[in-house]
Amino acid sequence: MSEYTAKDFKKGQPRWCPGCGDHFFLASLQKAMAEIGIAPYDIAVISGIGCSSRLPHYMATYGMNTIHGRAAAIATGCKIANPNLTVWQVSGDGDGLAIGGNHFIHTNRRNIDLNMILLNNRIYGLTKGQYSPTSPRGFVSKSSPYGTVEDPFRPAELCFGARGHFFARAVATDAPGTIEILKAAQAHKGASVCEILQNCIIFNNGTHESVHTPEGRAKNAIYLEHGKPMIFGENKEFGLVQEGFGLKVAKIGENGITEKDILVHDAHCEDNTLQLKLALMEGPDFPIALGVIRDVEAPTYNDAIEEQIEDVKSKKTYHNFQELLMTNDTWEVK
Amino acid sequence: MTKNANVEDLDHVVVRFSGDSGDGMQLAGNIFSTISATVGNDICTFPDYPADIRAPQGSLTGVSGFQVHIGAGKVFTPGDKCDVLVAMNPAALKTQYKFCKPTGAIIIDTDCFNEVDLKKAEFQTLNAIEEMGIKNDVIAAPITQMVKDCLADSGMDNKAILKCRNMFALGLVCWLFNRDLTVAANMLKEKFVKKPGLAESNIKVIQAGYDYGHNTHSSVSHTYTIETKEKKGKGIFMDINGNKATAYGMIAAAEKAGLKLYLGSYPITPATDVLHELAKHKSLGVTTVQCEDEIAGCASAVGASFAGALGCTSTSGPGICLKSEAMNLAVILELPLVVLDVQRGGPATGLPTKSEQTDLLQCLFGRNGESPMPVIAAISPTDCFDAAYSACKMALEHMTPVVLMTDAFIANGSAAWKLPNLEEYPAINPPYVTSEMKGNWAPYQRNPETGVRYWATPGTEGFCHILGGLEKDNKTGAISTNPENHDLMTHLRQDKIDKIPVPDVEVLGDKDDAELLIVGFGGTFGHLHASMDEMRAAGKKVALAHFKFVNPLPKNTASVLKKYKKVVVAEQNLGQFAGWLRMKVDNFAPYQFNEVKGQPFAVSDLVKAFTEIYNK
Repeated sequence: MSEYTAKDFKKGQPRWCPGCGDHFFLASLQKAMAEIGIAPYDIAVISGIGCSSRLPHYMATYGMNTIHGRAAAIATGCKIANPNLTVWQVSGDGDGLAIGGNHFIHTNRRNIDLNMILLNNRIYGLTKGQYSPTSPRGFVSKSSPYGTVEDPFRPAELCFGARGHFFARAVATDAPGTIEILKAAQAHKGASVCEILQNCIIFNNGTHESVHTPEGRAKNAIYLEHGKPMIFGENKEFGLVQEGFGLKVAKIGENGITEKDILVHDAHCEDNTLQLKLALMEGPDFPIALGVIRDVEAPTYNDAIEEQIEDVKSKKTYHNFQELLMTNDTWEVK
Repeated sequence: MTKNANVEDLDHVVVRFSGDSGDGMQLAGNIFSTISATVGNDICTFPDYPADIRAPQGSLTGVSGFQVHIGAGKVFTPGDKCDVLVAMNPAALKTQYKFCKPTGAIIIDTDCFNEVDLKKAEFQTLNAIEEMGIKNDVIAAPITQMVKDCLADSGMDNKAILKCRNMFALGLVCWLFNRDLTVAANMLKEKFVKKPGLAESNIKVIQAGYDYGHNTHSSVSHTYTIETKEKKGKGIFMDINGNKATAYGMIAAAEKAGLKLYLGSYPITPATDVLHELAKHKSLGVTTVQCEDEIAGCASAVGASFAGALGCTSTSGPGICLKSEAMNLAVILELPLVVLDVQRGGPATGLPTKSEQTDLLQCLFGRNGESPMPVIAAISPTDCFDAAYSACKMALEHMTPVVLMTDAFIANGSAAWKLPNLEEYPAINPPYVTSEMKGNWAPYQRNPETGVRYWATPGTEGFCHILGGLEKDNKTGAISTNPENHDLMTHLRQDKIDKIPVPDVEVLGDKDDAELLIVGFGGTFGHLHASMDEMRAAGKKVALAHFKFVNPLPKNTASVLKKYKKVVVAEQNLGQFAGWLRMKVDNFAPYQFNEVKGQPFAVSDLVKAFTEIYNK
């Protein structure tokens, strides 16, 4: 049992708009941290800039609300310098995937042991309503009055393309689903990306409408669990099956499909092909995948660097500055 | 030409080794420098690399040079022009002859002055010496053939044999200056410790070069010695370049402070060797991360400092442009950070391998908002160690980012360095929170005297707090847009930097009665000092005030600058330091000497310009 409650992680009064997804996420994060049980003073929460990046101000942990886009890079240095810290990096879709896209992919590639939260409302809120790199093609916003003419990033694709080993997704309004993936992210050693689908009530209201409510999720989402058949629907009447190179939704009981034919989720499979297909599913033909989609063990950068330091220490003959000096060609003036 | 084996004793001599970039001129130059330093001479070296990694062999753009100035007493620069020029091919002769004194001797490998190579170097005739109108003494030796003969029985292939040509030239130079070859042999044995055969072959070739000079007396009138006149202080010495000294300074400071050294970096000429050097020293716990870009290099160092390490980042001017936002973050977070700028020619990509002092204003001001940052400019290759140590100490004790400026010239140039004793260096005491502060502490509480906030690192119970890039309330540390508070915080951040104690600037030379005060900063110290010496030797009253601490300026700056009738600020830019001084010192109107050639100053140019000002 953890000695902490959510209260131990709470600080101040959030100033997000009423109804903003950030409120929901913050509460879930504090609950998840209480359940995880790591002391607040051993945690650093590091954000960039944007509405969601205000989050560290409301945490009773160590925190940094830094500069736009650089949270992953700053969190990287923090974790490497003190691997004993638990480091959460919080960014929005603009912070994490536009200005910070380079750091996002490289942090995944390096596999720094960070919990990377991507709060995705598909809009720039703090600058008052411009399209973001996750806004769909044709999206009308203040900076795209005639609709965007560009395709969005799909965060899972970026994560997988960068050889990421952990990807999970939850809807901000779904506290249990969010807490579950946050705990899984903490349990995973390495860069853990959690995409949080959240609403921006002011500038992009209804962007994740289909999965915003419990009813919507029952109909339009699938909760993935490692080792369990991938069944969904209001009456658990649908399942995912493989067809050719792709996935297909099948109705159980129709065309001879039984529960045994339904694919069993394997989050630990090193090959990410099917996991990516799951992550990219979208309505109306497919349910949106929630839960832990990929969770594969791999060596972390911070562990590897510590091991290398120990290894080199044991092999080299110099261990302080004065000894280092004497490894050079020197001469003595008497 | 007379052949005479007279030995003449010299006060100082400049030797320039030049050849194709694959000819091993840097190694030959390094060995010769070390041999000379070992006998107690002072040395100052400057490698002059081509920008291309491997330009076509024999081409004019592929010439690599290494100049060393050897002195019986103190030498301050690698020398304007050389007394001996080694030119391993026609391209080297053509491009490097301009660095040779009219009285200088030239050593060439005649085997490489064939039609093909002459053509590559764009000679019109088959006699390069005549075509260029060279009247100097020329030691024309069939180096290639003699190296081949010397190593005929070595079992080495032709390509490997040709790589030893540099050692023949080195042997010849060693003969010319009556140098003992034992040191060279030991260095080669050390360098090729895993290939003893190769070491043997190289040593054999050096000896052959030496013997060739000795037996033929070559075509020079004298050989030379440089007897050490001014004994350096007793101690153990090594030859060190500025980049390595900088890396060592960071290591030493981290060890003294008892902190992990973290370097976030991205490869960039001419700063990369600092990353290379630090990456080697994992056995000292040094952590280097080659980041995805300059931005992450600096940002991750800020993260490392937040976590309680000594966060450093290394780059050159173009990298500073990218790092400026994270440097600015460190200003408002008030976290330690050391930003190394090894200056090169700009703007933009500019002249990547060449040296300038054109980043000063960028380092001082290149950020949004009122963003004061200390700037320290190392004055010589060996001073890079002390400057780096000072930068780390200042960053840690004053909770601020510090820019450490060097330049390509001192970063690549080397000099003899007396090994420091870390025990003699000042302690480094970061302003950590104390347990008594628990419960009654906020992140922007300050030491009333220094104006420095206290440092609580994650993992410390009772000090959980948030820092950020938004303006903070000066008491609670909460986000604040209060106008009075912002004004106060702006002043607090500025005052904190202004209060940092730095040593007075020292006036050298005729400090009491100089007619002209020369003023400079950073890597030009050697050249300015040498030009002062030359003018004083000519009977003029001249002094030098050379600044290492640029921001904050030393307390005595105004009084020094106002004391002398004439002041000239000499710098390798269009007057950035002069402008900074004018901003800080009322009614200061100096003469200026500005040159932006990507090359070190020539002492002769300085003396000429300063003398004109002197005589006005």
